[in-house]
Amino acid sequence: MKKLFPFIKGYGVRSLLASVTIIAEVIIEVYIPYLMADIINVGIATGDVAFIMKRGILMIVMACLSLSMGALSARFAVTASAGFAKNLRAALFYKVQDFSFANVDKFSTASLITRLTTDVTSVQMVFMMMIRTFIRSPLMLISATVMAVRLNAKLAVVFAFAIPVLATFLVLIGTRAFPRFREMLKKYDSMNGEVQENLIAIRVVKAFVREKYETDRFIDSAEAVRAAQIKAEKLLVWNGPVSQYVMYLSMIAVCFIGGRLIVAGDMLTGDLMSFISYVTQILSSLMMVSMIFVSFIMTRASISRIVEVLDEKIDISDHNADASLAVKDGSIEFQNVSFSYAKDGNNLTLRNIDLSIKSGETIGIIGGTGSAKTTLVQLIPRLYDVYGGSVRVGGHDVRDYKIETLRDSVSMVLQKNVLFSGTIRENLRWGDQNATDAEIEAAAKAASAHGFITSFPDGYDTHLGQGGVNVSGGQKQRLCIARALLKKPKIIILDDSTSAVDTATDASIRKALREELRDTTTLIIAQRITSVMDADRIIVMDDGTVSDVGTHEELMQRSSIYREVYESQQKGVA
Amino acid sequence: MPPGPGQRDKHGYRKPKNAKGTFLRVFSYIQDHKLRLILVLIGIIVNAGANIAGTYMLKPIIDDYIVPWIGSANPDFSGLIGQLGLMLLIYSIGIAGSFLYSRLMISVSTGMLLQLRKELFTHMQKLPIRYFDSRTHGEIMSTYTNDIDAMREMLSQGIPQFVNSVVTIVGTFSMMVVLSPVLTALSLLMLGVMFFITKTIAGKSGKYFKARQGSLSKVNGYVEEMIEGQKVVKVFCHEDTVNGTFDKLNEELMHNTSTANTWANLMGPIMNNLGHVTYALTAAAGGLLAVGGFTGIGSIGAFLQYTRRFNQPISQLSQQMNNVMSALAGAERIFTLLDTPQEVDEGDVTMVNARLHADGTLTECPERTGTWAWKIPEEDGSFTLREVKGDVRLKDVTFSYDGEKTVLKNVSLYANPGQKIAFVGSTGAGKTTITNLINRFYDVQQGEITYDGIPVRHIKKDSLRASLSTVLQDTHLFTGTVRENIRYGRLDATDAEVEAAAKLANAHFFITHLPQGYDTVLTADGANLSQGQRQLLAIARAAVADPPVLILDEATSSIDTRTEALIERGMDELMKGRTVFVIAHRLSTVRNSNAIMVLEQGEIIERGDHDDLIAQQGKYYQLYMGMFELS
Repeated sequence: MKKLFPFIKGYGVRSLLASVTIIAEVIIEVYIPYLMADIINVGIATGDVAFIMKRGILMIVMACLSLSMGALSARFAVTASAGFAKNLRAALFYKVQDFSFANVDKFSTASLITRLTTDVTSVQMVFMMMIRTFIRSPLMLISATVMAVRLNAKLAVVFAFAIPVLATFLVLIGTRAFPRFREMLKKYDSMNGEVQENLIAIRVVKAFVREKYETDRFIDSAEAVRAAQIKAEKLLVWNGPVSQYVMYLSMIAVCFIGGRLIVAGDMLTGDLMSFISYVTQILSSLMMVSMIFVSFIMTRASISRIVEVLDEKIDISDHNADASLAVKDGSIEFQNVSFSYAKDGNNLTLRNIDLSIKSGETIGIIGGTGSAKTTLVQLIPRLYDVYGGSVRVGGHDVRDYKIETLRDSVSMVLQKNVLFSGTIRENLRWGDQNATDAEIEAAAKAASAHGFITSFPDGYDTHLGQGGVNVSGGQKQRLCIARALLKKPKIIILDDSTSAVDTATDASIRKALREELRDTTTLIIAQRITSVMDADRIIVMDDGTVSDVGTHEELMQRSSIYREVYESQQKGVA
Repeated sequence: MPPGPGQRDKHGYRKPKNAKGTFLRVFSYIQDHKLRLILVLIGIIVNAGANIAGTYMLKPIIDDYIVPWIGSANPDFSGLIGQLGLMLLIYSIGIAGSFLYSRLMISVSTGMLLQLRKELFTHMQKLPIRYFDSRTHGEIMSTYTNDIDAMREMLSQGIPQFVNSVVTIVGTFSMMVVLSPVLTALSLLMLGVMFFITKTIAGKSGKYFKARQGSLSKVNGYVEEMIEGQKVVKVFCHEDTVNGTFDKLNEELMHNTSTANTWANLMGPIMNNLGHVTYALTAAAGGLLAVGGFTGIGSIGAFLQYTRRFNQPISQLSQQMNNVMSALAGAERIFTLLDTPQEVDEGDVTMVNARLHADGTLTECPERTGTWAWKIPEEDGSFTLREVKGDVRLKDVTFSYDGEKTVLKNVSLYANPGQKIAFVGSTGAGKTTITNLINRFYDVQQGEITYDGIPVRHIKKDSLRASLSTVLQDTHLFTGTVRENIRYGRLDATDAEVEAAAKLANAHFFITHLPQGYDTVLTADGANLSQGQRQLLAIARAAVADPPVLILDEATSSIDTRTEALIERGMDELMKGRTVFVIAHRLSTVRNSNAIMVLEQGEIIERGDHDDLIAQQGKYYQLYMGMFELS
């Protein structure tokens, strides 16, 4: 919770004002029954109509004053909490933008989205409640008690019993209910997880006729949720009746003691009635406090999820980088590189990689599923940091460059690529904000995308839906390549980026790359051997190591893996 | 559920379309708990009644048992004690009622929620694939979270509070009239003022709430898109631009939230303090009345307590109505889902385990024999058995998903038992659609599909699908161990059978290299495995199912060709003796098929085996040669 305090920044004054105004409201509010006692004690007793009128008007004025204080406080609280939520949301969003690939892998995208949307909203609600009710209720408790003591200290002894008894009870219930609610939330989350999973895989469920199996599983979870819910709420249900009972008992005690005091002439009738009002105010504010605690418990899960993101250590930073260092050419060097996603020396994904790639070379990379081709190239734009050894681009270790400098020079087309909602032109401009229309067209032509783009009625202004849903897989890949080309990088990496493109288009893209990006180092990861066989050199990856490097002809002769891949794609051809 | 993971109001301001009908239907669920519900009602009424009666006791206590004794030398408190004892009794009964109804309401509401969840899920499992095509997961999920949540609130709090409020208002009002009609008139006047203000504010806030929901969904939408694409943002160093756009949206949201919430939150203090004004007016007016000798002090005391009790439920009533309405809107969505027609299954032919005897006759048997039979009901009520062989025929099949765009046009083809049939063609040519029609994810609009001579619409869907094993392009794995995921294909498969299937799919090797081998828990759709590894598991899952017919829809697209070559023997083994439908981009995968269908825009344009098609020098030939024109 403390971790969230800094986000009040900029709205602290308003939070404070919300509290101050609420204090004013409470004090005025508490004063009203006190005035009422005057009406009865003095006004009615002496039959002084003018006095009654005067007090009555004073009470109404007080109520109006209290109203405006309350309204102001609501306004302050609302703006403060909206501001708080804005800060929190922005901090989370910036943080996620700062996340390295490793950080994102750790949280799933879906869970990050929940944290930024629903979790923030519920924390905002609680914050608003807190700055109002959290201050209001205890304050009400204290000031009403003070007023009661002022009214009649002897009678106030009743509170000396009632408040500790009720408070102990509420704390007892609260602390015991908390773990049960946490348990219930956990069950609830896992039940929803099951529904989600079922929705995603509905075709598999149906294809294997597992509807009943899934339903049984779901019912088990739903029953577990119900049991946990009953267990938790069973405790909480005591809160209301017991608080009420304590309140009524106090009222009866007040009537009894008060009655005797009045008869004895130690107290006035009006005071008794005000006193009864205070009983209600004091004990109901105590109940409110306990209710806030409950809703606070419920949001603790949200808070801890948010804090988890904020606390995540970003594992790639360029604080020690030299800002003036520019990437001078597209040469790449791997020096005894090892890498582990888990940062665990016993679980290495890449081992002993030594490679030297000259600027302007075209390199093909081929290897089996899980042979770490993608992992290898992701180290070049420093999407991950090496575990051991070093990766050098343009003669310097990638860690010496500012990340932006490095990634502007190394353009990578990801395997799992994403287009954003907006026009095609806007999407391509991601590569270069200031690209002219001519440059955009040139890049699209090189990626063999110009043809299909112009076939759309709106051409480059065609609007793409979120995730680029209205273009085919192959078209999406070509748009992604064009976007990467617009950066005019020193190194371009295509990670299986033409898998959905037919062979002829694939070939023409490669031809364009070769002719137009003569000085650009090109790395192509592919499944199809035809996509890499005309490269200057081909790297054959096998289980996290470089098995061989050479031209197509050389590899055909000496690499059995390469030959097998080749043959698996050629078999049956005479 | 508590306001934890699910949030309401994501989709804007809610209003039920048919509040009354929906309410009655919600009520029908309560039927099962009728007795308990009656007890709940009694509890609420007892509680509210006791509160009112207890408060009334203030009047006689003050007027008759305290005031008369003032100044008396030896007062008699026995009357006071008696009255207070009575008050204690009344309140105790009230508290008992309150406890009773709160406790019972827990079991009633959780019971109903359980019932609803069960029905929702069971029903959803039987909905046609078409339903899932036209809705996002988020949309359906929100029924389970937001809508059920709103229902929970309505059931466990909304309705009891509402009843409580109504009882309290009616009871209090009567008591107020009894105590002092004049003061009651004053209270009513104030009530009118309160109503007027409430209405004005509700109107204002409604307008701003729409704006707030609009910005909220804009911000959430942007967050979603940018987090999905975060890796691309990083690769292009677009963080600053993205943050800038986000700031603008976020700022707008803050502004709209402030405005909307201000109006909503004004309600509390206004109502509260108007209550004070009423209180003050009553005190003053009551004082005047007392001076005039029209009423006793005790009456004023009791009346003042009543004004408090009267105002509170009234100011809450509108809020409660809002909650009930939004819950009803949620209930309506739940019922819409429940009312969506399930998959029609008019089939009556089922698949059973069978034993084939030496004389060629079949008998049904309970255990697995590796032989299956169609159990066909005859008109006289008897059954005939026909062996499941895997003879699949499509006759002039025409199909459209939306009734407008024809996806398949007059497709006819046959697969003899044990044959391998391949579909080749570009995305959208209709390859997957054919397999979707065979397993009846969708039904044909024209033409017919037969399976061992039986029209597929006569076969019970469960039996039909159990006889086909499908490996889909998008592999979906479930949370659970690797072993459980493979066993999904056949729930009674032994560990040995699971491992054999994994070996067949060439998945055994990587599985044994996982931290806990077959007991490694896969999370979030198998995110800790590569796409290729997931496909291998999906193949193993299909293998363990051991069905007569196999559908492989791009089953090996993410497996590299070398691994594919490695699993080829396993695949051959798997396909042996089965009818297999294969869809593949990669022609090397389909080369050894008995027949290859080349599809273009929903029509079969070429058919034949590899050699035939090469000899035809048509589309297939071009595609095939395209692979090599550079070599």
